[in-house]
Amino acid sequence: MSLSVRFNEVVKDFGPVRVLHGVSFDLAPGRMVGLLGENGAGKSTLVKILSGYEPLSGGSLEVDGVVRHFASSREAEEAGIVLIHQEFNLADDLTVAQNIFLGRELRRGWLLDEAGMRRAAREVLQQVGLDIDPDTRARDLIVAEKQLVEIAKALSRKARLLVMDEPTATLTPSETQRLFGLIARLRSQGVTIVYISHKLDEVERVTDEIVVMRDGRFVARGPTAEHTRQQMANLMVGRELSDMFPPRVTPPPAEPLLSVRHLTVPGWARDVSFDLHPGEILGFAGLVGAGRTELFEGLLGLRPRSAGEVRLAGRAVSFNNPREAAHEGMTYLSEDRKGCGLHIRMSLQENLTLMDLDRHAKPWLDLRSERRALEKAVADFGIRAGSLDAPAGSLSGGNQQKLAMAKVLQPDPRVVVLDEPTRGVDVGAKRDIYFLVQRLAAEGRGVIVISSELMELIGLCHRVVVMRAGAVQATLNADHLTEEELIAHATGTH
Amino acid sequence: MPPALTDPMQDLALSADNASTPKRGGKPLRQHLLDAGPIVGLVLLCIVGTVLNPDFATWDNAMNVLTRTAFIGIIAVGMCFVIISGGIDLSVGSMAALIAGCMIMVMNWVAPLLGSPVAAVLVGMVIALLLGAAFGLAHGVLITKGRIEPFIVTLGTLGIFRAYLTYFSNGGALTLDNELADTYGPVYYGAWLGIPIPIWVFLAVAVAGAGLLNRTRYGRYVQAIGSNEQVARYAAVAVDRIKILTYVLLGICVGVATLLYVPRLGSASPSTGLLWELEAIAAVIVGGTALKGGQGRIVGTVVGAVLLSVIGNILNLTSIISVYLNAAVQGFVIIVVAFLQRGRR
Repeated sequence: MSLSVRFNEVVKDFGPVRVLHGVSFDLAPGRMVGLLGENGAGKSTLVKILSGYEPLSGGSLEVDGVVRHFASSREAEEAGIVLIHQEFNLADDLTVAQNIFLGRELRRGWLLDEAGMRRAAREVLQQVGLDIDPDTRARDLIVAEKQLVEIAKALSRKARLLVMDEPTATLTPSETQRLFGLIARLRSQGVTIVYISHKLDEVERVTDEIVVMRDGRFVARGPTAEHTRQQMANLMVGRELSDMFPPRVTPPPAEPLLSVRHLTVPGWARDVSFDLHPGEILGFAGLVGAGRTELFEGLLGLRPRSAGEVRLAGRAVSFNNPREAAHEGMTYLSEDRKGCGLHIRMSLQENLTLMDLDRHAKPWLDLRSERRALEKAVADFGIRAGSLDAPAGSLSGGNQQKLAMAKVLQPDPRVVVLDEPTRGVDVGAKRDIYFLVQRLAAEGRGVIVISSELMELIGLCHRVVVMRAGAVQATLNADHLTEEELIAHATGTH
Repeated sequence: MPPALTDPMQDLALSADNASTPKRGGKPLRQHLLDAGPIVGLVLLCIVGTVLNPDFATWDNAMNVLTRTAFIGIIAVGMCFVIISGGIDLSVGSMAALIAGCMIMVMNWVAPLLGSPVAAVLVGMVIALLLGAAFGLAHGVLITKGRIEPFIVTLGTLGIFRAYLTYFSNGGALTLDNELADTYGPVYYGAWLGIPIPIWVFLAVAVAGAGLLNRTRYGRYVQAIGSNEQVARYAAVAVDRIKILTYVLLGICVGVATLLYVPRLGSASPSTGLLWELEAIAAVIVGGTALKGGQGRIVGTVVGAVLLSVIGNILNLTSIISVYLNAAVQGFVIIVVAFLQRGRR
């Protein structure tokens, strides 16, 4: 049942760029390995080679002692190796059952065995603890459910080695618990598991050993129990990490910069009221689906509002779209970087200045002034880019996020809303972003941080608003706040 | 929504050979070759034409080809904006026909009232531009505010415009009065510095289009919307207004093309402007603009339009391939170009 893997001097080139420089290590059967590394360390590339999505450029891959060259993910799956993507691979218009059996449908003669697939799908869904009808369309699932369907899909493929790339990035604490239970069961059945996550506390909890990669090279491995989180982080970045969070600076008392009263976004948020002061970092906590993102999308006119009053710097405002909000000095950084945040194919410069083109148009666009803005942003925000002419998609996740932040700050807003500013960002870049947020507040702006990482909210914010099912559950002072307290409010068990 | 990206390798699928190239600057060689593709193709075609028939490389023939290209070329410049923004307009041929018909009717009607053929022609030209803008506005509003697919809206108006022309002309032709035709004629047949007027207009439209696309806020917004409408909306771009304006611009381009076309024959019939939409779209695509929007180039579009009409011209001048196969050869060229550009995006 179990399966062992050995990487032998694995090399991978993308064009002239070498991303894996001869990586060697082995995965023992039935063990759970945490694969750690910053963005760009080569983890995802390595597991894509393992699961047949990418061919290797040099070295070899042995599975159970035999050298294998998987030409496709299908071949890897036949060998029992399944990768669960960080990004979902579900066809939105197909049903859950159709997705689970996509590419290897059960048949009865010439016809599809719909009933059989539905039955089998229901079984695997039960295994992952997901209580949904297999006929539900993938489009209608929430993110966490999609994640579980992906896992169910892998299970139905009789995986003997399962690679999970950031499986909990979008899960709530209770869903994460359920996933860990499932992982424990799989491991007891002898499935080898490779677990990629930026969340070191999870790695610490669930893995047997860790393998650390940095800059396309193998760095270290060892039993998880023998490493503290701090040590893991240090191995990943290759240097000592000082404190993650900047020291908290209490803003001087002042009139609220943004004042929201009884705001209702039908279906998502009802009767929400809060104040944001100049220089304040206000956190928004809550489970997935608590309506935090939708509340602010409503505030900015991206969704319909049914009631509420908003005052920005004392003036009553009612935004119909982000354009009006930007004119009044309020901008929003979306949690969905690729879908709403950045134009992946456009250049850094075009992305950066999009919200503030008026400043560079005289009336012809002044490309040199745009370039100066980019150079300034690269310096101010610590964006690391190989070439300033590259498309935004060529940056690593952390640097894309810094670019996206720089973009929403170009119009020099008085209030900036950052939705999941560190999602999918590695430890080093996270710290940079925390210090940037602190600096924005120190400049007298009001900053709102929506985050699913409780430590981040506690470490960074002055106050935290906890939402549950669309309503404000509590507004807590972040001094002496604990994760347990936040979770209790977010789940309504306080 | 899917979780955000955490690894640069994830993006390889999106930007095949540009992703994670920390060391290199600028575009890869392959990209440069593809960008230069249409112009290289045009040069090769001209060499072939010259070899096959010495008449090809004459001044007169070149002017002839370019003058005929002007109509499609001007429309293609407008089409380029619509396609880059992620839209499409299938109605331009019918729109040109209807505008031509309306122009002729109005000119014939106002000429006696005004007593001056020149004034009547000027009125006709203004009518052409206004009608083009109005039709474009209607498309844009239906597409953005009415939330109907551009394909559907313009498929509908494709039928509507031509049907109304047929109705106005009673199935026959609307013809410009003789005196007016003589006054108007020079707009098509005249020349300045030895170059026919339509070529000058084509050039002016292309230069204005290129400036607008590459060096103004509007052009940047058009590209941003086509590249990812949602990102543009979140980035405070007035998406609807920009999109409506692309259709208005295209409508005005159609108006300009029509006011150059009318003096050529002095009449409009149900077959006026037939298949212009396909030729214009083909010119944009051959010029290297992707049909799904995001990026495109006016220069490429101009070269694409010229390239397609040079093919027709060579077939006319030589007897290797029947001139009846003109459309087939153009079709092959479009498919080959699309083949060469595949994987670019």
